[in-house]
Amino acid sequence: MTRETLLKIDGISKSYPGVKANEDVSFSIGVGEVHALLGENGAGKSTLVKMIYGLVKPDEGTLTFRGKPFAPSEPSEARAAGVAMVFQHFSLFEALNVAENVALGMENPPPMRELAARIRAVSEEYGLPLDPARMVGDLSAGERQRVEIIRCLLQDPKLLIMDEPTSVLTPQEVEILFKTLRQLSSEGTAILYISHKLEEIRTLCDGATILRRGKVVGSCVPRETTAREMAELMVGATLTPPERRAGAKGEVVLGVTDLSAASPIPFGTTLKGISFTVARGEVLGIAGVAGNGQDELLLALSGELRVASDKIRINGRAAGDLGPGERRRAGLVAAPEDRYGHAAAPDMSLVENALLTGAIRRNLTHRGFIDWAATRGFAEEVIQTYDVRTPGSHVAARALSGGNLQKFLIGRELDQSPEVIVINQPTWGVDAAAAAAIRQAILNRAAEGAGVVVISQDLDELLEIADMFAVLNEGRLTKPRPVEGLTIDQIGLMMGGAHGMEVAHHVEA
Amino acid sequence: MLRLEKRPIPSRFWLYATPVVAVLLTMIAGGLLFALLGKNPATVIKTIFWDPLFGEFAWYLRGQLLVKAGPLILIAIGLSLGFRAGIWNIGAEGQYIMGAICGAGVGLALYPTESRLIFPVMILAGALGGWAWAMIPAILKTRFNTNEILVSLMLVYVAETILAKASTGFLRNPEGAGFPGSRSFSGSSFPAASNPELIAGSGLHWGGVFALLMGVAAYILLQRHILGFQIKLAGQAPRAARFHGVKPERLVLLCMGLSGALAGLAGMFEVTGPAGKISIDFNVGYGFTAIIVAFLGRLNPLGIVLAGFIMALTYVGGEMAATNLGLPSAAIQVFQGMLLFFLLGVDVLTNFRIRTTLLGVK
Repeated sequence: MTRETLLKIDGISKSYPGVKANEDVSFSIGVGEVHALLGENGAGKSTLVKMIYGLVKPDEGTLTFRGKPFAPSEPSEARAAGVAMVFQHFSLFEALNVAENVALGMENPPPMRELAARIRAVSEEYGLPLDPARMVGDLSAGERQRVEIIRCLLQDPKLLIMDEPTSVLTPQEVEILFKTLRQLSSEGTAILYISHKLEEIRTLCDGATILRRGKVVGSCVPRETTAREMAELMVGATLTPPERRAGAKGEVVLGVTDLSAASPIPFGTTLKGISFTVARGEVLGIAGVAGNGQDELLLALSGELRVASDKIRINGRAAGDLGPGERRRAGLVAAPEDRYGHAAAPDMSLVENALLTGAIRRNLTHRGFIDWAATRGFAEEVIQTYDVRTPGSHVAARALSGGNLQKFLIGRELDQSPEVIVINQPTWGVDAAAAAAIRQAILNRAAEGAGVVVISQDLDELLEIADMFAVLNEGRLTKPRPVEGLTIDQIGLMMGGAHGMEVAHHVEA
Repeated sequence: MLRLEKRPIPSRFWLYATPVVAVLLTMIAGGLLFALLGKNPATVIKTIFWDPLFGEFAWYLRGQLLVKAGPLILIAIGLSLGFRAGIWNIGAEGQYIMGAICGAGVGLALYPTESRLIFPVMILAGALGGWAWAMIPAILKTRFNTNEILVSLMLVYVAETILAKASTGFLRNPEGAGFPGSRSFSGSSFPAASNPELIAGSGLHWGGVFALLMGVAAYILLQRHILGFQIKLAGQAPRAARFHGVKPERLVLLCMGLSGALAGLAGMFEVTGPAGKISIDFNVGYGFTAIIVAFLGRLNPLGIVLAGFIMALTYVGGEMAATNLGLPSAAIQVFQGMLLFFLLGVDVLTNFRIRTTLLGVK
């Protein structure tokens, strides 16, 4: 199938501090093509489309749109060139009616009566029933999306970007939307369709580009590719887990039984009936999309969030009602996700930050008085052992780069001869080399007999280091299963409706 | 264009330069103010900063310095611990009054008994009075999440009302011919309860001794003790403090209680010493001025001791300027307020640097 090229993306790169959102991304979209952009959360899809829509400027690379160089500096410029976008989150005023909302998004809105007539015409033409006089506040999510789509269609776009459009729709509404999109496509409007719902993409899209960690890892024709193959591309080739150590498991060091707790974080997720055990030498990997209770689970395990004493057992001892200090004494160390302000005090020196969690297990205080010499020794030991790049231990934590600080913070916990280690997002925003070092250090501690819980959104990472695998979903934890022999289909099944790979199991079913 | 840019590491230079620059800026702006009032700025500045130390009456005024600096330092030390932890006790003035009333009350209840135990018991009562008054905003904060700034400040006015009641009612001198004010604590009338000058002419009384001791103790607490570390941690990174294992409620109770107790002590030493008795206008604003002292001293105990003396200088010198040069006392208060203003303003430079950007150039 040969189409005239509409948009050519060539070597686009974009970095944010500590993370490469896009790296040398190239692909092109033909006129009238429905092109899918596939990838897990954080793969760089949103950054890429924001660059096409003029919200973000690329660091490197060029865009060519309709044969001309294209570098929109703001969305109105992109719109003028013929690019329209429907966001995942709508920007509509509930107290205004449909026509008024549409008018607000236009540079030079026509008189209201004329606009209402045009809205009616477009909505009939594309089979998107919508009454221009209705209040947006009374509309369903699907109808609101139609307002956004019609707002775009009135600009007569050449390229329509849709960010996860079906996440708010009922199956019937999806049918209607797809019909509309196919009609647009047949009329020559290209559609860049962002999703991680594979089955949808197979029915709708002509081509697909798959992103992983900011890079293009593959492209395919979805109709000729199975959902499973696409999922493997999305998640990475390391779906076959590495050889597991065959060593016999020790006794259970961390037991969590029916742990439920309301979130102390505003709009947080309530933990519901979480149960698992971790044995000596075992690594439990907990996957899940962000905001499904990861932060709360860490708080409950670290002791910042207290629960009934028998809900959590460390080394057989009831510890649910213990605070962070007492849990450290009992043998549990924890590393929260947020480095600046939670795991570390940004304005304090590395020495002081070493004291922050090391005071108890490293005996850095005597009758409450701080042994600064020993504390400095501990900080310097961590800096040396974990190759933390810093001018010295006197430097404020915030002066270190994200990856270096993370190495220091993980090292600080691992060098306390812990019996239980709980880490949330061990390698988030950390470069590949440092990430590998951190994972190896965690595995080393496990080999020495510590029980480890790693909470992460990086499936690759979990499959690489975990022995057992579970998924946190809306505050509930699935039953942990051995990673060995775990297939991508089963992972998809565990992730349930909350993650895009749920369709992977349809292939098997 | 001027632009503020966050420093990667707080500047040590500006940390120490800030108080000096602030004092200089205060002299300049204060000088302008005095000039507008029709006084010679140089004379006024000299009267405030030079005369108390090296002027004609320095032999007397130097002693007055310690008398004024003692309570300022004692209160500011307590406040600084809370300020470090992000707990804002603004009502030290009220705790100071309540400490004085409780300390004096215990003494007066035992009048005219003579025992060496009386004064220590009064010290204890003074500390307890200030502590209890500070516990009100502390408990309201931990229980109902009220704002400790407002509650502690409002309680100052309640304390002032109680003070008026004490001096005209329940603590009034029965032999005072109906005049407001309590019995005198001066050496001759009630020796067991008096807080005399320890070295003649030095201005040093037990309050000064306590102030210096507390300065050293607070320094050790903040530098060497895990509790001091927790106080600093809670102020800088509250979530990291919880992760470390600090219970925020406990810290609020501790810091409010400590600052209240020290303010109460200051009040008790003042009423039994320099003031000599409970009177309606017993409090002269040490509790508020101590806030400036705490910040002028960079919330560092040793800095506070130094800042206490500088502030005492503006008090003593200010009084001189008021009597000798006819300057309104409000002008002196504005002058002291300017010091805090410039201090906080210049303080920005510790964590930020000024970058000049030409238009169009980044």
